[in-house]
Amino acid sequence: MATSEAVEAPATEPPEGPEEIQGRSLSQIAWGRLKRDKTFIASCIVLLIIVLVAIFAPFITGLIGVDPYSLDKEAISSSGGKPNGPWGGASLDHPLGVEWGTGRDILARLLYGLRISLLIATTATFLVVILGTLFGVISGYVRGFTDAAIGRFMDLILAFPFLLIILALSGAMTQRLTDLGVPEGNASRITYLILVLGIFGWPYLARIVRGEVLSLREREFVESAIAMGASSTRIIFREILPNLWAPILVYATLLLPTYIAVEAALSFLGVGILPPEPSFGAMLSESVQFFQLVPSYLFIPGTVLVIVVVAFNLAGDSVRDALDPKAVK
Amino acid sequence: MAGYVVRRVLIMILLLLLLTAAVFFLFSLLPADVARLTCGKICTDQTIEMNRMRLGLDKSVLEQYWIFLKGLVVGRTFGEGPAAVVCEAPCLGYSFTRNEPVLDLIVARLPPTIFLAMGAFVLFIIGGVSVGVYSALRRGRWQDKGVMGASLIGYSLPSFFIGLVAIYFVIIRWKLLPFPSYVPPWEDPVGFVQTMILPWVVLAILYAAFYTRLTRSQMLETLNEDYIRTARAKGLPERVVVRKHALRAGLTPIVTAAGLDFAGLLGGAIILETIFSLPGLGSLAVSAVLDPDLSILVGVTLVTATFIIVANLIVDLLYAVIDPRVRPS
Repeated sequence: MATSEAVEAPATEPPEGPEEIQGRSLSQIAWGRLKRDKTFIASCIVLLIIVLVAIFAPFITGLIGVDPYSLDKEAISSSGGKPNGPWGGASLDHPLGVEWGTGRDILARLLYGLRISLLIATTATFLVVILGTLFGVISGYVRGFTDAAIGRFMDLILAFPFLLIILALSGAMTQRLTDLGVPEGNASRITYLILVLGIFGWPYLARIVRGEVLSLREREFVESAIAMGASSTRIIFREILPNLWAPILVYATLLLPTYIAVEAALSFLGVGILPPEPSFGAMLSESVQFFQLVPSYLFIPGTVLVIVVVAFNLAGDSVRDALDPKAVK
Repeated sequence: MAGYVVRRVLIMILLLLLLTAAVFFLFSLLPADVARLTCGKICTDQTIEMNRMRLGLDKSVLEQYWIFLKGLVVGRTFGEGPAAVVCEAPCLGYSFTRNEPVLDLIVARLPPTIFLAMGAFVLFIIGGVSVGVYSALRRGRWQDKGVMGASLIGYSLPSFFIGLVAIYFVIIRWKLLPFPSYVPPWEDPVGFVQTMILPWVVLAILYAAFYTRLTRSQMLETLNEDYIRTARAKGLPERVVVRKHALRAGLTPIVTAAGLDFAGLLGGAIILETIFSLPGLGSLAVSAVLDPDLSILVGVTLVTATFIIVANLIVDLLYAVIDPRVRPS
């Protein structure tokens, strides 16, 4: 990877004079490494564009004059609903073409789909971070019976086949959420996805956090805090948590793209977002019927999805390399 | 060693019991009305009530769980009189939408899933590990960077997108293979391979990317150890040093991941089975979600989770064989 280009830099400093040796914190070291990492900079720029495009999707589509829901009878043939013209009906009005049968604009649906994907993935990742940190810290700090109980509970969750259980519970759970007052349809489907991704995702992070807490607990600064009579709350929040951000950040940046892909897969299988609300998975699932005739249906949302996931993974990889204290960079 | 095995098997049985309880309660508590889900859209109130009686849903959940457990051991009968349905031990439940015991349905769907898992497993283990070793031995050179870049993209590709792309090019555009339609290998070996080759390769690409990265990082770690230098200094051929000393020491995490992945695949590669229309466990689960048929979902979830738990045990026992340090005293 391109990260290895920065190898020699620190070693070449001339050892002349009694130069002052500065202590650098982990974040300073990591930031110094990331600034020189071209892959990281490039993927960050791509991610920034993606996030901005997702946030300002209504504004952008308004500017171009398209929207994801309105049906355009002009753009499709009156018999059979085939888009007029080559490339799935791409024209000045519809830069990436229109949907078969309905004439909805592909570009607008892509931008709105990006919004929903990012919303689900970031919220679910956030939930995982909260739950994983909470249970990891409790498990590692309290130890004993609590630790064992949480540990076995995590074993149980990890034994569940993840994708299968999400699929299997979708109907019943969505119904339950509707009964609880979440609006029917996509609102309760999105809530379900976020909840289930969060609930089945936290044990992995909790294990990592627990391991870190176990070793932090034995460090001198925690011991001295205990000796000075600091309360457990203070030790957890002031001494331990500030030292946990590195592994949590690495895990979260690598989890986010996974969840984007999982959301797309679930919508593809028909348990995620439902039309007319756009999403990557739903678009790809619709494309299956038509991609013999109009391959752009398949390739446009698919390529965008791959770019998003690859950019997140590249950035996450760089962050992990930069934060690794053992790395010889 | 024998005591260790016995202890682990006992823990496994306990975990399985806990798991059946968790799955059972999850599925019987979540839906608003299980009986209403048993017969789809053509339900009359009468059939719903009859199925409620037959499934024992009028009893308390604890009683139901007990009956379910008993059914696993001695079998059970649904309903009474001439309309009674016998489900022989081990009874995983009875599907009233398909009028067949769940276990029979699952057993009938196992062969395609097992063939898919085994073929892909062989491909991605051999491919992933050997490319990973190659990459580690050429660390930092262009071959290494190329492999790492390619594997990151492979790792990020959503399975349904790459599956559809493969179908588009190989089957539709280049017409190299006929459209997939599953036949058992003993009936038509050529047709079997023609159907399986694409899902094998697609699955292998997705998984191999992960194993390449894992093997590479393991190799880089062990290649720096002192005993590798010693082995080289003794004049051992490089081939022996790499295979017997470096790879073997770094094998443990690879075996863990491989065991769990194989178990996961036995639970059905849900997405690829759907795309390539393979009649396996995964597509059984998807159709049970759409029906919806809860008894099938409970059965498939339990069987898959059992695979995962058993694989966990086997992996832990294999540790002791591979790595003498883990051997319990």
